[in-house]
Amino acid sequence: MAAEKAAAPKVKAQDIASREELLEYYRQMLLIRRFEEKAGQLYGMGLIAGFCHLYIGQEAVVVGIVAAQNATDTVITGYRDHGHMLAMGISAREIMAELTGRATGCSRGKGGSMHMFSREKRFYGGHGIVGAQVSLGTGLAFAHRYREDNGVSLAYFGDGAANQGQVYESFNMASLWNLPVVYVIENNQYAMGTAIARASAEVELYKRGISFEIKGEQVDGMDVLAVRAAAQKALDHARSGQGPYLLEMKTYRYRGHSMSDPAKYRPKDESRIVRETSDPIDHIKNLGLENGIFSEDDLKTIDAEVKAIVADAAEFAQTSPEPSVDELMTDIYL
Amino acid sequence: MLIDIIMPALSPTMEEGGLTKWLVKVGDVIKSGDLLAEIETDKATMEVEAVDEGVVEELLVAEGSLGIKVNTPIARIRGEGDASAAPAPMPVSAPPVAPAIAPPPSAMQVATAPEPAIFDGPTTKTTVRDALRDAMAEEMRRDSDVFLIGEEVAEYQGAYKVSRGLLEEFGPKRVIDTPITEHGFAGLAVGAAMAGLKPIVEFMTFNFAMQAIDHIINSSAKVLYMSGGQISTSIVFRGPNGAASRVGAQHSHDYSSWYGNVPGLKVIAPYDAADAKGLLKAAIRDPNPVVFLEHEMLYGTEFDVPDGDDHIVPIGKAKIRREGSDVTITAHSRMVGHALIAAEQLATVGISAEVIDLRTIRPLDSDTIVTSVMKTNHLVSVEEGWGPMGVGAEVVAIIIDKAFDWLDAPPMRVHQKDTPLAYAANLEALSLPQVDDIVAMVRKACNK
Repeated sequence: MAAEKAAAPKVKAQDIASREELLEYYRQMLLIRRFEEKAGQLYGMGLIAGFCHLYIGQEAVVVGIVAAQNATDTVITGYRDHGHMLAMGISAREIMAELTGRATGCSRGKGGSMHMFSREKRFYGGHGIVGAQVSLGTGLAFAHRYREDNGVSLAYFGDGAANQGQVYESFNMASLWNLPVVYVIENNQYAMGTAIARASAEVELYKRGISFEIKGEQVDGMDVLAVRAAAQKALDHARSGQGPYLLEMKTYRYRGHSMSDPAKYRPKDESRIVRETSDPIDHIKNLGLENGIFSEDDLKTIDAEVKAIVADAAEFAQTSPEPSVDELMTDIYL
Repeated sequence: MLIDIIMPALSPTMEEGGLTKWLVKVGDVIKSGDLLAEIETDKATMEVEAVDEGVVEELLVAEGSLGIKVNTPIARIRGEGDASAAPAPMPVSAPPVAPAIAPPPSAMQVATAPEPAIFDGPTTKTTVRDALRDAMAEEMRRDSDVFLIGEEVAEYQGAYKVSRGLLEEFGPKRVIDTPITEHGFAGLAVGAAMAGLKPIVEFMTFNFAMQAIDHIINSSAKVLYMSGGQISTSIVFRGPNGAASRVGAQHSHDYSSWYGNVPGLKVIAPYDAADAKGLLKAAIRDPNPVVFLEHEMLYGTEFDVPDGDDHIVPIGKAKIRREGSDVTITAHSRMVGHALIAAEQLATVGISAEVIDLRTIRPLDSDTIVTSVMKTNHLVSVEEGWGPMGVGAEVVAIIIDKAFDWLDAPPMRVHQKDTPLAYAANLEALSLPQVDDIVAMVRKACNK
């Protein structure tokens, strides 16, 4: 049982995903990429402040998983959350306006980059304490089971959070009580500046559930179709009452840990090589073009659409007003 | 040689117990380790083993007897090979903890000062322990989203028997035993609350909640604000807080001021059973996270509780427990009892003390305190926890801010000594606020 390491799946795209699906995944990943690039730019201009952790390079993970979800499923993650918000259907305007600290932001400017939520879209944050979302996400799974709503909780965390004690406290309870939760480790191989081998005695993180009888699987997190397939299997497992499932997504962040991190702890060419050989957006693009599933023109249409959405979001985020001073003392108690 | 077997103290807070069943009879030969009797303590039913060997000479207490004080002889055995008839009683069977229960002067006074009858309708004598249980049971009947989670809350019936009977009535879906995993189950409960359920999280003591404090504060108290009002957590964190008896520094911490410091939390610390019930029901219904600080030393104390399932006490309202004209004493939780006893003693020296039971630490009912001090012109705050940055510091600051011109003397504080709590009985008593400390501080404040 337990952990199995997936053979790198080389799938034929057209056999497992429709043209529309592939174009939609391309669109979503590109939206995240362009959104994050714009956020980085606005940060450089002083319009976004504080900590700002970009998702560039990891887009296939959240897009592939959301593609496999049901309408009842809930999502929770850590502070690198912009991509998850976008993938869950929250508008680029609301997210960007939250980043600039404006009244029109999804938390009305009171949360910021690390603390974004959308109850309407079943996105429960956006948490700044590393690992906290794993226990909280296990609680979302507890609520799914309590209410018997057939939903599954998806709790994302990084290779850094994987060393927090509460992760294992949560694994234990989730498995003990067969809670419907899929744990997604986004292993981008660096916990801030610490390479995984310097922080983890066992670097194959999909094995971390073994002592809790939680099945684990390692997935190519740069391949949106591999991610979707693994997520479908994990979600089916959790939804059918068999308890939690652990997915280790091997991925990579192109930028530093946050905007203030030059990422000098990585080998000089590492990021460039990953971009050139494993980029998740290029992967889908090439797959579709080489197999004649879609054309350059199809992509250009999407590129233009995404560019317009991001430009509109940036404009909205810069022109929206700051929260009214009355907002200082609201939302403390109900 | 005749040897007395005494009623043993089988828990840190046990002062008396019941003898449910004798497991030996007169004439039996007993050896060390033999089971002698079943004893009902304040926490559980336990079996008492023999330490000394001999023949059972006499059973001094009948089966089914209740309220037998610790150290009372319950049986007598004749030591083997000793024909002497001269009674030479000496305590056996009980570990040396029993004599140590005997307090230094005024050290362990259980706060049971009578409260004037204030309820209009019929009442029933109820322990704080059962009042808390009744509150949870009533609210769980009323709202299927309410559930109880914690260590030993279900099959064990609660480490302090507070959840007795709840598993039987509500089943394992709603009364949930957890592994020993405070950080994890607190986070799980907050996540469930984010999804709209209404968890009651029992910590075996608030000392253990320190492992979970990140979720209480960062995940629960702050999330409504961080989410711009989208995500709320209707959740109660409850359990015993403060010093029990002889359990040492790591089990005796008062967290009133810690949680009282945090916007987004409500913090309640009741004294009597009526407030324990009425405030816990209010806490469970409240849409905000509530930290509910109980006191182990009060669990077994009986008070009048209004009958029926609609007794709700509003959060954020202090209660004047005793009216007076010379000095205002503020206190919460167990210290209310100490303050009431102190007020009785002060009356004999001509000081009329008004005792305010804060009941809620956050939001603090400053109006009631200020109004009282404007009348009495003197303030003494009492708390079980440490003084620096404490509840008393906050009460004094409020009075300085709002009633400075009414003060006839500097406001004063009674609190635990600035040290981890010692185990030794004498040092423990010296460290914790005692009735005598309150009396002395009030006399100093009133210059009498």
